[in-house]
Amino acid sequence: MAQIKNRLTPFFENITFDRDDNELVLNFGPQHPSAHGQLRLMLHLQQEQIVKAHPDVGYLHRGMEKMAENMIYNEFMPTTDRMDYIASSSNNYGFALAVEKLVGLEVPRRAQVIRMMLLEINRLMSHLFWLATTALDVGAMTVFLYAFREREYLMDIIEGYCGARLTHSAIRIGGVPLDIQDTFIAQLKDFLDKFPQAIKDYEDLLDKNRIWLMRMEEVGVISTEMALSWGCTGPMLRASGVAWDIRKEEPYELYDEVEFSVPFSDKGDNYARYRVYMQEMRESAKILYQTIDMYKKTQINNQTELMAHAPKYISAPKLDIMTQNYSLMQHFVLVTQGMRPPVGEVYIATESPKGELGYFINSQGGAYPYRLKMRAPSFWHTGILTDLLPGHYIPDVVSIIGTTNIVFGEVDR
Amino acid sequence: MRAYKGKGDVQAKPYYTDRYWVAPRVPKFDVESDEVFSKDLEVIKSKFDVLEAFIQVEQMTVFINPDDNYKVLQLLKDELDYTQLSEMSAIDFIETRDGFEIFYQMLSMNKRKRIRIKMFIKNGAAINSVEKLFRSADWSEREVFDMFGIEANGHPFMKRILMPYDWQGYPLLKTYPLQGDEFAAWYEVDKIYGKEAREEIGPEIRDTATVDRYDSDRFARLGYEVPIGVKITGNEPKNTQNYQEEGGVFLIRKLDKDSSKVIDDPQR
Repeated sequence: MAQIKNRLTPFFENITFDRDDNELVLNFGPQHPSAHGQLRLMLHLQQEQIVKAHPDVGYLHRGMEKMAENMIYNEFMPTTDRMDYIASSSNNYGFALAVEKLVGLEVPRRAQVIRMMLLEINRLMSHLFWLATTALDVGAMTVFLYAFREREYLMDIIEGYCGARLTHSAIRIGGVPLDIQDTFIAQLKDFLDKFPQAIKDYEDLLDKNRIWLMRMEEVGVISTEMALSWGCTGPMLRASGVAWDIRKEEPYELYDEVEFSVPFSDKGDNYARYRVYMQEMRESAKILYQTIDMYKKTQINNQTELMAHAPKYISAPKLDIMTQNYSLMQHFVLVTQGMRPPVGEVYIATESPKGELGYFINSQGGAYPYRLKMRAPSFWHTGILTDLLPGHYIPDVVSIIGTTNIVFGEVDR
Repeated sequence: MRAYKGKGDVQAKPYYTDRYWVAPRVPKFDVESDEVFSKDLEVIKSKFDVLEAFIQVEQMTVFINPDDNYKVLQLLKDELDYTQLSEMSAIDFIETRDGFEIFYQMLSMNKRKRIRIKMFIKNGAAINSVEKLFRSADWSEREVFDMFGIEANGHPFMKRILMPYDWQGYPLLKTYPLQGDEFAAWYEVDKIYGKEAREEIGPEIRDTATVDRYDSDRFARLGYEVPIGVKITGNEPKNTQNYQEEGGVFLIRKLDKDSSKVIDDPQR
């Protein structure tokens, strides 16, 4: 293609000086290493202090809700991976659960246990990634390398299960596609035995680190009212004094059978959020230990089913499809035409690593959802920057964005 | 005669349809079946018109008049302990009912209950902003405006949020074409180079299987490479240059160019 003169104006709009109040407008992003994706922030500055912040999102907008309206339910599953791509199984799960509730499916117990394992591994992966990147933004390179090392073990386990490292699609509507591989439990146990020491290592590096404390303590304080009003959920809300964890309060899967506690803090600053994340990793590890026992019990009780039995909505097991004519017909219809859930509406919230991940589905009885709205926690965790940043200084922006743990696949959808 | 196709909904339609299919319904339960919800509903009913109320999948849905939305949400927040607005958005019913359903998804943490407040507005009508009650509505209402074109009265910054500010059309409407309209197709070209450059640049290639054998910039001329800037004649000699180390790499077999077969057909 020949060179054509373009009409883009030079980027002097980055900086404007106003003689009256000496306010400087600084354009932060959309390509900024510590913006964790495509976040553009317009910061109005007085000296180094921010007086007004205006987050601009949408650089990763792919129109997933529109896509969902134009494909069958099972087809949409891989697209959900691309929301919170740091912990994609939790997105798969939220969608699968919403459809299951709409249809009214009972998921077999072994599938539930495997789902919980995947969800908690995803939570650990997401939290480790959060710790690594936030520490790197603040300047702690060692923690970044350590945390990525541990995350790698988890990625290997997941890769062994579903073949993918980031975009898992490991959960299906009605259950899970596969049983866990033979080495899964041994690998997971191996990791869990090492993991407490790893967390301790991170804490030794960060907890009393002077630089870390200066960047984290009393920075980015979110009051309880503000967190509730802005729709904050997950660690953001728990660090602001509300011990609300959907796994505990509205238990799904088998979360009512496992023992874990909900860490929270009433400080609301960056450091509180950091502590909540660290404690949550310990709790996740605790849950994972218990799921291993639960899995072994399903082996003893010989509960081998992995997908719900509902011929109208879910394909039969592979063996049936290959041996029984009627199952093959059902399977063919479900793959080509898709399931048709009943007419109705459902909103299901699950606790993703970032917060409340909700799926609202309006079904008109067709093979495509009539309207699908994804409630992504990061959307509001980005919005809160409007109110949170004013009063802070430029370096605080980086640490605050870090601890809000926003992922732009989820914000823009 | 061809079947009539409505223009209000241009979304993809399933190929297989069963005209005698009667879709089942997700069961709706009476609000009286739940103690907490029935009390809440009584409080709402004492002050506002409730058009319809039922429980579906463990959550209560309440239909109200669109003018009452601010006051109902205020009542829910201040008196009934629904402290969080988890989500709000719209559903497009333009084709069937000429309007939208707006829903507000509320959460009460103390009661562990979720309520969905819904209202129906006519196409073209605006809603009252609830941004003063819940800051989270600030961004949700902008998103609703961005995606459906429904404005919120009293919102401090009613601008698009996900799409560019100068975008035309509202993507989540059922009338919005799936491939985008002409404006969408030429958005970048028009903005960066101007409309007159459309012909020179050409439409975006959306077929992922397309291979342009004579595009030297994109490395598609495998075996017939041409330096950048040199005019392509189309009868360059085949380049037999070897890109692999002598002796090959562990596990990787050496590619024998002469005996390899290049598949030209993009459809395979």
